[in-house]
Amino acid sequence: MTTFSVPTLAQMNASGEAPEILFWVGCAGSFDDRAKKITKAMAKILHHSGVSFAVLGTEEGCTGDPAKRAGNEFLFQMQALMNIEVLNGYGVKNIVTTCPHCFNTLKNEYPELGGNYKVEHHSQFLNNLMKQGRLKVEGGQFKGKKITFHDPCYLGRANDEYEAPRALLQKLDIELTEMKRCKQNGLCCGAGGAQMFKDAEKGEAEINHVRADEALESKAEIVVAGCPFCNTMLTDGIKIREKEEEVQVLDLAEMIALAEDL
Amino acid sequence: MHVLPNILFVVLLGGAAFWFSKNVGRIRRNILLGRDIDRSDKASKRRANMFRVAFGQSKMQARPIAGILHFIIYVSFLIINIEVLEIVIDGIFGTHRFFASFLGRAYDTLISFFEILAVATIITAIIFWWRRNIGKLDRFHKPEMKGWPFKDANIILYIEVGLMIALLNMNAVEENFSSNEHSFLVSHLIAPIWSGLSVQSLHIVERLFWWIHITGILAFLNYLPFSKHFHIILAFPNTYYANLEAKGKFTNNATVTKEVKLMMDPSADPFAAPAPETETAPEKFGAKDANDLSWINLLNAYTCTECGRCTSECPANLTGKKLSPRKIMMDTRDRIDEIGKNIEHNGQFIEDNKSLLGDYISKEELWACTSCNACVQACPVDIDPLNIIMQLRNFATMEESSAPAELNAMMTNVENNGAPWPFSQMDRANWINE
Repeated sequence: MTTFSVPTLAQMNASGEAPEILFWVGCAGSFDDRAKKITKAMAKILHHSGVSFAVLGTEEGCTGDPAKRAGNEFLFQMQALMNIEVLNGYGVKNIVTTCPHCFNTLKNEYPELGGNYKVEHHSQFLNNLMKQGRLKVEGGQFKGKKITFHDPCYLGRANDEYEAPRALLQKLDIELTEMKRCKQNGLCCGAGGAQMFKDAEKGEAEINHVRADEALESKAEIVVAGCPFCNTMLTDGIKIREKEEEVQVLDLAEMIALAEDL
Repeated sequence: MHVLPNILFVVLLGGAAFWFSKNVGRIRRNILLGRDIDRSDKASKRRANMFRVAFGQSKMQARPIAGILHFIIYVSFLIINIEVLEIVIDGIFGTHRFFASFLGRAYDTLISFFEILAVATIITAIIFWWRRNIGKLDRFHKPEMKGWPFKDANIILYIEVGLMIALLNMNAVEENFSSNEHSFLVSHLIAPIWSGLSVQSLHIVERLFWWIHITGILAFLNYLPFSKHFHIILAFPNTYYANLEAKGKFTNNATVTKEVKLMMDPSADPFAAPAPETETAPEKFGAKDANDLSWINLLNAYTCTECGRCTSECPANLTGKKLSPRKIMMDTRDRIDEIGKNIEHNGQFIEDNKSLLGDYISKEELWACTSCNACVQACPVDIDPLNIIMQLRNFATMEESSAPAELNAMMTNVENNGAPWPFSQMDRANWINE
């Protein structure tokens, strides 16, 4: 349970307030037990930095990303137009999300359908908070630790953001080590394009196992992800290799929340 | 009698130009069989992209060894073409080394430079041949490379080496002429091997190399439209018309938007008859066959030179799945080529009961994609295999309802409770109090 209140937009709206940002939680962040920890870490950071924020709560629905990637344009647009109606109804201007899939869809695919917002991935938003001095983070427990960052496809290649998450990690005085495939060449975790929801086709290996091997080769003690799906895939991959005792998989938000003892 | 070679040359040149333009026209027609999309915007950005990616080869350098080797052949090709211009002028007007008359001493330096490039081309082509045939680079030996594609690649290398050998030897033979006024860096070193020939034989052999060189070039030009090597031309328009938006942005179907908006409109009359002007054939969702794709997709397909960088970066392919982005492009090209031939033979397209999805690209390949954009990132000439995959998925899901069962379950959840899993939307904020 959070020690502070997380208002919904409906509640804020009722009291005549408007938050600085809407925290778009996403389906994984709302329902997946592992991803909920990321959501809570993010909420703590926002509260800690004095950012006024709200969530949509029960008014939030899937952005439609997995439907669109599974070929169902109709279902995608139904979700999109419903969400846009809610968002525009509240006059939302700024959205921050911990899921790169939500981020990509809201940022790139909603404008044509009438949803125009400034959308940021949490790595970008938190990095800006630091630049503005609103969020101050020191190394804490991660000082000097070997850490690698896994680029989510929908943040990296899809939207050319490679620096914000790394800049954020550097603030923790860590030793950043890169996997052999990183940034533009980063290897997918295997979950994108709606693969998260189905078994992989027949092959010789699982993508997340291969990616976990690359993470282990980097000799990092912590593998940092910026996506709830990548997080699950990498955690599973590292478990398969029986390295879960030595190597942790954490989200960027969790890293900061832990460093700050939030 | 004196003008016979000139006439012969003009006929040859004209014939080569005619055949080439005819085949380019055929490819152009095939590309335009694709659905229309507008890429006439952002001209200056497009020019800059073409300049950087095609002319400047920026994306080639992601792999430095292949990148540098390719750059050598590319530069040689561009620059040695200046000499081809001279050969054409000489051939038409019966002149000899036309440029020498006004370049003076600089001419020898220029040709010497060309000769160095020719040697570099030969060495590079040998390295390329080695990489393909002996080095066993994995990406050159995928299933889609069996047969013609593999042969095609080698033929190109043989022709390139042959042309350069002819060029060097032509100059080397000439150096043995008593009337010779030139000496070029590389051919000067080869010249002695021809010194034993009689004066008459020297002149015949020199002409022979001249003709081999120019007919070789014209033959190569006409080989291009039937080869993966056509990328040397299409790389330019392909990068010009490339997608300049964020790679994660997939197109929204405007027809669907209209329908969904109508559905969500509370004032819409559910029993209203469709407006008469909308009674055209209902639009097909997504793509089943190659001509359902956009002309950009088809331009991409003809531009592909089958280097396989996309496939070697594809997470599905890396883990042994059937999907290969290169094969997606090759299949698309082969199918639109087949449709084009069908139209040529029959005057119009006669149903052949085949389609890109099913007969060329299997569902297994289609559903193995993670939409990670690694293939798009890897392509040195901005080809987008993912865009084709997504259009085929649109068709499979929306027209055939043939998505994998697990995905159908996921989509039912999204539809019923606004999440890909069967959790109630009412529980979305539960994390706050947990």
